[in-house]
Amino acid sequence: MRTLNYAQAIREAHAQLLALDSRVFVVGQGLWSPWYAGSSLEGLDREFGCARMVDSPVSENAVTGMAVGAALAGLRPIVFHPRMDFMLLAMDPIVNQAANWSYLFAGGGVPLVIRAVINRGGEQGAQHSQALHAMFMHVPGLKVVMPATAYDAKGLLMAALEDPGPVLYIDDRWLYAETGEVPVEPFTVAIGEAAVRRRGSDLTLIGVSWMAAECVRAAGILEREGIDAEVIDLRTLKPWDKQLVAASVSRTRRAVVADGGWRTAGAAADIAAEITERVFDNLLAPVIRVTLPDAPAPASSAEETAYYPGAERIASAARGLVERNVKRVAA
Amino acid sequence: MVLIRRAEERIAEMVESGEVRCPCHLYIGQEAIAAGVCAALRAEDTVWGGHRSHGHYLAKGGSLTGLFGEVLLKSTGCAGGRGGSMHLAATEVGIFGTVPIVAGTVPLAAGAAFAYKMRGEDTVAVAFFGDGALEEGHVHESMNLAALYHLPLVLICENNLYASHMHWSERRVADNLHRAGEFHSVPGERADGNDVGEVYRAARRAIERARKGEGPTLMECRTFRWRGHVGASFDLDVGVERQGELAEWLLRDPLKRLTDQLIERGVGDLALREQAIDLRISGAVAAARCASHPSPAQAEAACAR
Repeated sequence: MRTLNYAQAIREAHAQLLALDSRVFVVGQGLWSPWYAGSSLEGLDREFGCARMVDSPVSENAVTGMAVGAALAGLRPIVFHPRMDFMLLAMDPIVNQAANWSYLFAGGGVPLVIRAVINRGGEQGAQHSQALHAMFMHVPGLKVVMPATAYDAKGLLMAALEDPGPVLYIDDRWLYAETGEVPVEPFTVAIGEAAVRRRGSDLTLIGVSWMAAECVRAAGILEREGIDAEVIDLRTLKPWDKQLVAASVSRTRRAVVADGGWRTAGAAADIAAEITERVFDNLLAPVIRVTLPDAPAPASSAEETAYYPGAERIASAARGLVERNVKRVAA
Repeated sequence: MVLIRRAEERIAEMVESGEVRCPCHLYIGQEAIAAGVCAALRAEDTVWGGHRSHGHYLAKGGSLTGLFGEVLLKSTGCAGGRGGSMHLAATEVGIFGTVPIVAGTVPLAAGAAFAYKMRGEDTVAVAFFGDGALEEGHVHESMNLAALYHLPLVLICENNLYASHMHWSERRVADNLHRAGEFHSVPGERADGNDVGEVYRAARRAIERARKGEGPTLMECRTFRWRGHVGASFDLDVGVERQGELAEWLLRDPLKRLTDQLIERGVGDLALREQAIDLRISGAVAAARCASHPSPAQAEAACAR
């Protein structure tokens, strides 16, 4: 095994999918420009030709719809949205068409991968920063995967393409430089299976994508304070691994859910509710959410630092949960 | 055309009696367009439609039992009874699915055309939509993409003058839909949508052009729907009466124009053929009535796949 970064792993998955299956093509904005895709698609246009790496006009709606139609007609498209914010213009083909299709028209899944990039920070402001995954996990018929490691970045993209679909694959530019061991050969990571990143007994930290990485860092902080946190990286947000999470929390009896999206009706809200329904009798404390505030993304660096939660805030929530029980027992 | 007319008249009766409850958008008065276009297509060509697609479905070869099963939401319906009148599919004859989001399938048709082109096939995709659809941005986006990539796509705008309850003059300044593709380099053509021969000839030109790799064409077919936007009633259209206009258009009945021509040419057994069609429709209705509804568990199973 060798080490790749997250962006290189995404690129390798694309390259292998394009090489292995002549039905695969990529379409979307900015495929020929590193400005849009970072190094995650670098050079693929030269390697596989512009007919299969289709850098498209800025028509998010029709380009996504075209990918749906191409999938129905037997191709395996990966439609690329360099910022998730832009993908809002493609809600109809994603939500009304692709997601409903497999139910409506018997046996007809839509073998489509929709790739959206969360690209926040850097003073880009409210319409270049949004993490909108919760909107899409709400939709029946749509799978949502959000890798946090280089290994999963490759394996989940390959799994998304194999899936009868449609699958929304969301990657995060903040993770592009994260490195990890990634097999050279093609492989898949099962959609719907979470991963335990650290074993622990005092509480469970649950995160996805960037916030899963922050949970691992938070566990390191807590370890130094004598708190032993288990970390679960969901990897797939829809359908998320309820069994693994429930089993972990019923053992640790406390949970913090960390999410890089907004608080109200967010991914963390769904996870917290499900934990409460499943393992309420085992809980020593309420499930705590660490999320963005219910506010648009700010632009200035100073405000961004306050706006985005990270390991410190997750650790602080965890500390509060553990102390709460210590006080209660003392009282 | 007779099949479409008779089947829809039967559906209209079933809507009026309350037996069919899902929203039905009837095509009566527009039959020459579906019949004329589909007569110029090959079996493997695909057809994409919208909420008013009973005619497209039957003209391309979709089964009557599938149609009646679907409007009654039975498991024998062409979408397994999960969609109703607005969701028709018959993949075996090139209909992947019709949907009621206005022009929702136009980008999908472009995508199918993209697939045919990428595989080097000479198959053609045809998108049917109404005049209101040209007020949707994604139709213009799709025309640009189709022109840019020289896609084998034919865009059929069935201009029945009304989008739901609104006359075109309440929605647009100029009556010029056939020119809507000019900006995107999509050539346009206008045809009398109530003349099946004219529709066929124009469609044939557009389809051959697409098949030869010369790119998309927009066809505007002028017509009028006899019934309301939704439901069976003749004169009342979501609260708007169009009795005066309807009286004029009834005189241009596409079906009567065709049968008159056929009789003129000495085609003699029309009554017999119509009887045979009526018998097929009655059989399809009876079969649909006997069939069961789909199981509710199918929905979750479909999503869990």
